[in-house]
Amino acid sequence: MKNFSNRYIFIFSAVMVIFVATLLSLAATLLQPRQQRNLETEKKKSMLEAVGIISTAETAESLYEKYITESYVLDIKGNIVQGVNAFNVVLKDEQKKSPEQQNLPLFEAQLEDGKKIVIIPVEGKGLWGPIYGYVSIKSDMNTIYGVTFDHKGETPGLGAEINTTDFESMFKGLKLFEDNEFVSIRVVKGGSPPYDPHGVDAISGGTITSKGLEAMLKDCLVKYEDYFINNRN
Amino acid sequence: MSNQEKEPIFSAKNLKLLTAPLGKDNPITMQVLGICSALAVTVKLKPALIMALSVIAVIAISNVIISVMRKYIPDRIRIIVQLVVIASLVILVDQILKAYAFEVSKQLSVFVGLIITNCIIMGRLEAFALANKPWPSFIDGLGNGAGYGIILLLVAFFRELLGSGTVYGYPVMEKLGLYSAGYENNGMMILPPMALIVVGLMIWFQRSRDKSLIEKN
Repeated sequence: MKNFSNRYIFIFSAVMVIFVATLLSLAATLLQPRQQRNLETEKKKSMLEAVGIISTAETAESLYEKYITESYVLDIKGNIVQGVNAFNVVLKDEQKKSPEQQNLPLFEAQLEDGKKIVIIPVEGKGLWGPIYGYVSIKSDMNTIYGVTFDHKGETPGLGAEINTTDFESMFKGLKLFEDNEFVSIRVVKGGSPPYDPHGVDAISGGTITSKGLEAMLKDCLVKYEDYFINNRN
Repeated sequence: MSNQEKEPIFSAKNLKLLTAPLGKDNPITMQVLGICSALAVTVKLKPALIMALSVIAVIAISNVIISVMRKYIPDRIRIIVQLVVIASLVILVDQILKAYAFEVSKQLSVFVGLIITNCIIMGRLEAFALANKPWPSFIDGLGNGAGYGIILLLVAFFRELLGSGTVYGYPVMEKLGLYSAGYENNGMMILPPMALIVVGLMIWFQRSRDKSLIEKN
């Protein structure tokens, strides 16, 4: 290889950096609207999945319009807050506020058999990054109808298993309350006994993610406690 | 230059570039590179397959880019140039996937970032692409990517089969009726150390089959 002068090296690196920077920022700006749309579709898809409706990227939009009938934002006492769009609430930002000031989004789905299901978004911390999902609850405000979880970067095969159907289906039919007291869901290492209405099996090798999931459910759902109690039927 | 005989696209030499990394010159079992990701993504076959494919793509393309630029890259900053090429390629691929193949990008999640740190890619740029023409570099990239992928898939196959009792998500052990006969999955296979042990066993197996691979000393 030839020996290059310092001047050449400087020019070379400057040109390279400018070229790469232009290329990457151009790609990021041009692709952003599409990425944003994908994220919104993904959100609708997850919500539908939490009530057991499987959709694709193409059908998510129309199915969402069909099944998700209402959405509101609640405060910690369970009262409806006016003027805020529940779909646009960023849970992560809300969680930084004090509990009294948080906007708590809630979505209502009307299924084909007429059943009314409420969907609540949850977000918490896994091992490597955020974990999030939706919990849907039957109109008794106690029984879990379905859940869907996802994660940013949990270890594949270990913590990442939280978004598998095998794991998610264990939540169906679990109870949030015991004798009118909010107890949330336990994620039990080594397996939850089948008679426990509040427990699911933790993931082997994914202990920290499992613990994070348990904390996420408890922290997010307990804020809706007043709403649950007032709206039972 | 014009009277120089043109080399056929798949000459014996080029073919060797493709096949050597699959066996005798395997980046994982022989050069012991890329171990970190071999350990992280081999719990199940599916992520291992996706990782293998992405690495093959990145390694082949970056090999070509560096090879095209090889006469203009100043020696003193070549490592930086290599890093810039790999990193921007990976980011670009990530952005495009997020926009046009959202499902795939969700499955890849952290792997995309992990590709940048894969030492095999930089190793090939440094050892091969800087001194060879684009086409052989491309083949070398494919070969090394595939050599890496094969080991990844083998490790993942054993870990998934013995650790979770499935192969690519298909419940083999359950279908064979082994659970009712008292068989249990080995939870240890899911944990990272077993990946190293499985790779170690492969190295042992390969060397005992081919004595010429053993260093004399």
